[in-house]
Amino acid sequence: MKVMAQIAMVMNLDKCIGCHTCSVTCKQAWTNRTGAEYMWFNNVETRPGVGYPHTWEDQDTWHGGWARTKKGRLKPRSGGRLARLAKIFANPDLPELVDYYEPWSYEYDKLLSAPKDSAAFPVARPVSQITGKPMDKITWGPNWDDDLGGSTETMSQDPVLAQMNLDVRTEIEQTFMFYLPRICEHCLNPTCVAACPSGAMYKRAEDGIVLVDQDRCRGWRMCVSSCPYKKVYFNHTTGKAEKCTLCYPRLEAGQPTICSETCVGRLRYLGVLLYDADRVGEAAAVEDPQDLYPAQRSVLLDPYDPQVVAAARRDGVPESWIQAAQDSPIWALIDTYEVALPLHPEYRTLPMVWYIPPLSPVVDQVTASGNDGEDHKILLTALSTMRIPLEYLAGLFTAGDTRPVERSLRRLAAMRSYMRDVNLGGAGDEDIAGAVGMSGAQVEDMYRLLAIAKYDDRYVIPTTHPETPRGIAALGQDVSDLIGAGDGSPEACSVSTFHGQSTLRMTSRGRAAAAASAASQPSTPGRVNLLDWGGDEHASGLFPPAPSEGSDR
Amino acid sequence: MTTEHTADPAAPIFRFGSFLRRGEASPDTRQIFLTGGRDADTFYRDRWSHDKIVRSTHGVNCTGSCSWNVYVKDGVITWETQAVDYPSTGPDMPEYEPRGCPRGAAFSWYTYSPTRIRYPYVRGVLLDAYRAAKARLGDPVLAWRDVVENPVTSSAYKRARGKGGLVRSSWAEATEIAAAAHVYTIKRYGPDRLAGLSVIPAMSMISYGAGSRFYELLGGTMLSFYDWYADLPVASPQVFGDQTDVPESGDWFNAGYLMMWGSNIPVTRTPDAHFMTEARYHGQKVVGISPDYADSTKFADEWLRISPGTDGALAMAMGHVILSEFHVRERTPYFLQYMTRFTDSPFLIRLKARDNAFVPGKFLVAADVATGGVVEPSSSAVRDETLASTPHAAFRPLVWDRVGGIADPGGTLADHYGPEGEGRWNLDLSGVDPVLSISELPGAEPVELLLPRFDLPGAAGQGSVGAGVVRRGVPAVRVGDEYLTTVYDVLLAQYAVGREGLPGEWPKGYDDATVPATPAWQEELTGVPAAAAERIGREFARNAEQTGGRSMIVMGAGTNHFFHSDEIYRTFLALTTMCGTQGVNGGGWAHYVGQEKVRPLTGWAQHAFALDWHRPPRQMISAGFFYLLTDQWRYDGTPVARLASPLSEGSLDGLTTADTLVESMKRGWMPSFPTFSRSSLLLGQEAREAGVDPQDWVVSQLKSGDLRFACEDPDDPENFPRILTSWRTNLLGSHAKGAEFFYRHVLGTDSAAQAEEVPEERRPKHMTWRETAAAGKIDLLLTLDFRNTSTTLYSDIVLPAATWYEKSDLSSTDMHPFVHAFDAAIDPPWEARTDFQTFQTLAALVSQLAARHLGVQTDVVAAPIAHDSPDEFANPGGVVPDIATVGLVPGVTMPKLIVTERDYTAILDKFNTIGPLADGAGMMTKGVRFSPHREIAALGRLNGTAEGGPGDGRPLVDTDAKAADMVLALSGTTNGRLAAEGFADLARRTGTELASLAEGSEDRRITFADLQAHGPQPVVTSPEWSGSEHGGRRYSAFVVNIEHSRPFHTLTGRQHYYLDHDWMRDMGESLPVFRPPLDLHHLYGEAAVGSTGSAPGGEAQVAVRYLTPHNKWSIHSQYFDNLHMLTLGRGGQTIWMSPADADKVGVRDNDWIEATNRNGVVVARAVVSHRMPEGTVFMYHAQERTMGTPLSETSGKRGGVHNSLTRVLIKPSHLIGGYAQQTYAFNYIGPTGNQRDEVTLIRRRSQEVQF
Repeated sequence: MKVMAQIAMVMNLDKCIGCHTCSVTCKQAWTNRTGAEYMWFNNVETRPGVGYPHTWEDQDTWHGGWARTKKGRLKPRSGGRLARLAKIFANPDLPELVDYYEPWSYEYDKLLSAPKDSAAFPVARPVSQITGKPMDKITWGPNWDDDLGGSTETMSQDPVLAQMNLDVRTEIEQTFMFYLPRICEHCLNPTCVAACPSGAMYKRAEDGIVLVDQDRCRGWRMCVSSCPYKKVYFNHTTGKAEKCTLCYPRLEAGQPTICSETCVGRLRYLGVLLYDADRVGEAAAVEDPQDLYPAQRSVLLDPYDPQVVAAARRDGVPESWIQAAQDSPIWALIDTYEVALPLHPEYRTLPMVWYIPPLSPVVDQVTASGNDGEDHKILLTALSTMRIPLEYLAGLFTAGDTRPVERSLRRLAAMRSYMRDVNLGGAGDEDIAGAVGMSGAQVEDMYRLLAIAKYDDRYVIPTTHPETPRGIAALGQDVSDLIGAGDGSPEACSVSTFHGQSTLRMTSRGRAAAAASAASQPSTPGRVNLLDWGGDEHASGLFPPAPSEGSDR
Repeated sequence: MTTEHTADPAAPIFRFGSFLRRGEASPDTRQIFLTGGRDADTFYRDRWSHDKIVRSTHGVNCTGSCSWNVYVKDGVITWETQAVDYPSTGPDMPEYEPRGCPRGAAFSWYTYSPTRIRYPYVRGVLLDAYRAAKARLGDPVLAWRDVVENPVTSSAYKRARGKGGLVRSSWAEATEIAAAAHVYTIKRYGPDRLAGLSVIPAMSMISYGAGSRFYELLGGTMLSFYDWYADLPVASPQVFGDQTDVPESGDWFNAGYLMMWGSNIPVTRTPDAHFMTEARYHGQKVVGISPDYADSTKFADEWLRISPGTDGALAMAMGHVILSEFHVRERTPYFLQYMTRFTDSPFLIRLKARDNAFVPGKFLVAADVATGGVVEPSSSAVRDETLASTPHAAFRPLVWDRVGGIADPGGTLADHYGPEGEGRWNLDLSGVDPVLSISELPGAEPVELLLPRFDLPGAAGQGSVGAGVVRRGVPAVRVGDEYLTTVYDVLLAQYAVGREGLPGEWPKGYDDATVPATPAWQEELTGVPAAAAERIGREFARNAEQTGGRSMIVMGAGTNHFFHSDEIYRTFLALTTMCGTQGVNGGGWAHYVGQEKVRPLTGWAQHAFALDWHRPPRQMISAGFFYLLTDQWRYDGTPVARLASPLSEGSLDGLTTADTLVESMKRGWMPSFPTFSRSSLLLGQEAREAGVDPQDWVVSQLKSGDLRFACEDPDDPENFPRILTSWRTNLLGSHAKGAEFFYRHVLGTDSAAQAEEVPEERRPKHMTWRETAAAGKIDLLLTLDFRNTSTTLYSDIVLPAATWYEKSDLSSTDMHPFVHAFDAAIDPPWEARTDFQTFQTLAALVSQLAARHLGVQTDVVAAPIAHDSPDEFANPGGVVPDIATVGLVPGVTMPKLIVTERDYTAILDKFNTIGPLADGAGMMTKGVRFSPHREIAALGRLNGTAEGGPGDGRPLVDTDAKAADMVLALSGTTNGRLAAEGFADLARRTGTELASLAEGSEDRRITFADLQAHGPQPVVTSPEWSGSEHGGRRYSAFVVNIEHSRPFHTLTGRQHYYLDHDWMRDMGESLPVFRPPLDLHHLYGEAAVGSTGSAPGGEAQVAVRYLTPHNKWSIHSQYFDNLHMLTLGRGGQTIWMSPADADKVGVRDNDWIEATNRNGVVVARAVVSHRMPEGTVFMYHAQERTMGTPLSETSGKRGGVHNSLTRVLIKPSHLIGGYAQQTYAFNYIGPTGNQRDEVTLIRRRSQEVQF
């Protein structure tokens, strides 16, 4: 047994309101800059739907994750390493920009600069952020099918529906939807790390965060194709891979990730899990995909087990981390209450962002049937009449096994019934708790964690231990000497590094096109045309003029 | 690890990787672990580092009032994340943290964005003309006159509006022009020709107040917003006598049963939605009621899929079930006691004979118990024969005391004012035990009632569209010649709840669809299964019974934006009151549509309306203002008879809806600015010269016909409003209902309006029709903003405003019980200034120019009859008097006329100091008095005092922070001493115990510095509001009324089911009743919903209901243009439609479509989704056509904004004033800018688009 610690996340989809605040705060903090316009380290998908990038779950197309060979070995679906090295310059499994979306902006400056006697009310036309050319009709975005928008065109392409053989009708009576926020899974068995030819991707020993070393990344993009969740992105300006960092600069300080802290649904939990690193490969290679969920759980170690605690100390896990593992809401939700489930365990990466599946309303045909309305409990627990097919959720979380999903939903429903009695001033009914294999006290504890959910209960994050030897520099020789220096040096602070909007930097072809277009449509005198400004030269109109310029026209 | 795994042939490569990186490869070599990574990823660590975090909030119209951390690095605002610094809700509740939403999270994008307005801009055509005139004339005011009074230059710059050509100017020049325009307009046309438009002060009170203070000091008019947005639930003043008071979102958690009715909580209350999701875990049942599968539906245990606008029918059916089962059959004690004490149910109504039956008439009041009156005082049925001689006897409705007969229960409007009512205005019912139903009396006789219905198919013709009459019986008691019954009895009849022995038509059961109010009846109208309506209604009541009233309805714009939403809401509110849920934590109505709560209300009103210097302020109903200004009345011509009750007694006969507006304004029911056909300064001057009292002068001038009301002739240039200044809002891109009429008549530029003016026979009776409608009425459209909007692009002058991260201000909301500060993260960049600085600058310039042009003037202010004052006694019995008979009596049959002296050279001095009226005359809020002597003195010591001028020695409010201190110090919610004083004042009136509500808070003082240093602070319980936060309790409205016997501000002092004003009765709306969406097919000839046909170009088109709900990717128009939101949405204007409707016209997802109706044209892309119901489209509102909207095929012009398809429709019953709770106050009552009854034609247009 080799005990390692991982900071993991649970999202309670039953509380997710699909607001995308997480996406925006993440975007603003991390990917609001040149080369990263199309990247959403955190995105939220309406399900059923195709997701971002388009149909990312269709591994027959993208070949992400691991495949199990007949001999029981794991190899990346994109092929063994040699095979991948052979096609390193022509990676066929990469999503293209159209699969993400072509980021665009608008000619905002044309609003105020519209010349006198314009024929029509001024308008800001959409333009590509990649080519600078007009995009008169936006045809795809990172969240195109939000709230089932365009469902008649896209919903049937949802890979989970195909995988589960589900036929979902596009009729209002049968409508269901829920939201799936996604970040990097920071897997225990990450394909992206294994697939990186440069060794630039790594999993941090102390907290399990999977990162790209910006100095060492050579832009081979094997990580992009091998990640089954499509959560590694390629920065088209720096030529480096980038991905969710689990906000490690914040975690190290004991603060939750931005997506967590800003989650207004209060549905995210962060905490420490201990796991047996020696058993990761074995668990990832169990034969039946439906065994992957229990197998992954078996790799997670009981933080209260004295043997585990001793081994953790032996393996250098700091005492405060062991304590955090014991207080971990993640452990409670995965193990104690068994309500959280992994996303697509069949990818065999042992993902570490887990989900509580959503309850959903009963169909109105059932309500019309005159179900006994005197008893709220009947309506609160009618799982069999839920709108969202259990099979769909099982296709997401348990490789198709509906039993764990049903257990999770039953526990949520039982909690509601139990707490209704408490809410009405009575005592909780132990029979309700017992029916889902819990005690009343456990139900109430789970209720406090899920409903009351105070900040300190949602996020139990030990601070980093800088006194422990760490850091790549401590390893000695800088490996970049071996391969050559990268191009990912940190940029200085400017509006462009934080808002991307003065940095519609583009290919030389795009710049030429934009320049031509700008020449034919004069912009505000004295204001820089943001479409062809590279961000590197002086732009007199962008910042306040020197006082001597005065405020005259 | 097994050896099998390491036998991977690729293993050497993995090991090579581990050579490259001196980390530790896992034994199977598939993983590489590195310790740390701190050097390799300095990029992210560096990006995360920042120089400071400033806590602030957002001044956006979402009433979110969220707390945000703004990150600053090297002087650049980098981003924001939500602060989690809210005071705790206690151990057993979820906390407020981390309130926010994706829109707010994208705000910093604006700071340096290319849509940021960085400098002052002026329309070039205007600027050239002004410069030339100024060069010639030397004087700015004369130059402005030269520009606007010359028809050539004037129409030239007006025609250029919205067609580009804005040029950069300087602050000095742009503000000089604006100030000159103000001075000229005051001098030539009068101060009430200036209109200030800013909205929702709670979202940044000082920024609102700076501008409104400027306008009120000038004598200008501030335009309302709550009614204009159609967010004001007129049912609230009607039922509660209160503008709107609702629970904080945290109180949802206390509910045992929650109906989300037309309110899409996850989208429109994003920061608070978690309380709903978490309350479900608490055992709460959640029901969603919406036409579409809304975001909220995901959380609902049951979804009632309802046809848009038919909500009243569903609520009537639920009420039918509740009254049948809980009131009549089970006689649930909690419900009946609540009805008796806290509603008008036991009050007596006189029945009026009609067609061999009766109709419900007026309340029986003490004045009716008089010799020769309705009831002889000597009658044995009367408990106290001196009733008629009690004060305000006409406003003293009566009940039937179980032992003594007709009696005064106390607490009615009669006790609210005057010395005799002291200690009596309460709900204690001391010594009176009212019967709820006349059936409890031995002498009860059954009589038959006629009641109106409006649910029948419409038809062409003259009569009321879709109206009919039902016959129902009530028990009545005969006293003398009069039959009396109770409101409760009439209510049961209205809800078709039969009792033994009563005549009339009654349903045979819940499944009887032939009789209005049954579950089966509603199913045919709403599409909601009868069984579901029945069960949900029953559950709502059962839960209320089990929990002592903890059943709640969250109601929203989905039901509130209809023409008849006051009636829809009254059917909802009836559910909450018949189950005893109002005034109970976890219960009652939770109206969340544009509602705002300036918690520090008293001090804010003093500052914002300059009440410390001049009273009264000029405040106007925007729907009326814009209806007249935009000439929409010329296209309307709706005869009231088409909307009225089939049982109408004629008070509205022969009138169009436009006539009723004029009628209401002339009677002083509603405000009317501009008021007269001459300047109010000129009237003052004339009176002075004639040596008569200005009030008498105005009355005599009106009588002689030499003076008219401006509303009678809105196209007379003398009557135009001349200046419209907007800040903190986007009129033309967001809330200009009938946008195309704004362009044509207000601005004088291109318009795509499709409607014809009404023919002669349908024109208003009381208005002057000029053959040619006016175009370009407004001389100056001045806008302050930080981003470009439709409004800025149409404006004549645009001034660059500071954003929310660049100023000091105050914020509060009714969603949470805290008040907090805006704090500047950076100084305003480029040439931006705060709104406070801008209006201060204008105040200085106007004062300077006034020295030559204005000096000191006498202003005659025509103020409407005012709510929460003895003015409410103006119209006894709600009878509309005949003016010819009773004459013009200011404050009774016409507006009050109040004279005030304005020294226009002292505007800046007054702007900068707290005037003497605050502590001199004192401050009144909702009838409660506050005297801030100590606070005024303390503010002087804290912030300094002025030297010289009219404000000599008075405390300074010359900065936004000082103004914030004024607001905080002068309000009970932020100053415990004033709260305690207010409760003491109120307790003298009620005679009940109230002191405990402020107990322990007397010493609390919240200052602006506190808010900056400590973040959101909980407010003090104060009589400014009706709920209590005392002891950390969640705020719920009307808790003080229920627990401390404080009456509601209504005629009976109770929550009203029954409204007896003449116009209410003649509209058929005395009681809650189902009124369907307007039948525009029969009223205006619009296509019938569901019909298909061909467009002029031959394309198929379909007629659908056109709804404009709130957008997920914007807050009104704010954020719609934000690149992050455009990226997460679809990057431009869209219309959501059902697959069925899309198929009918050959539209696929993302196709370009055009939507047209009589009002205008919209170009958008279709979003086809099966979550949409057939027959209805959504155009999420305020999408702003500035972002990628092409030219329209229909009009050849830029495709319209969502309001291109709407227009103002005036509902007469909203215009009632001068009577009890139906009396005017700003944003309290008035005609709404409803827009949900519209119909549009949709067709697929050419997919080639041009810009």
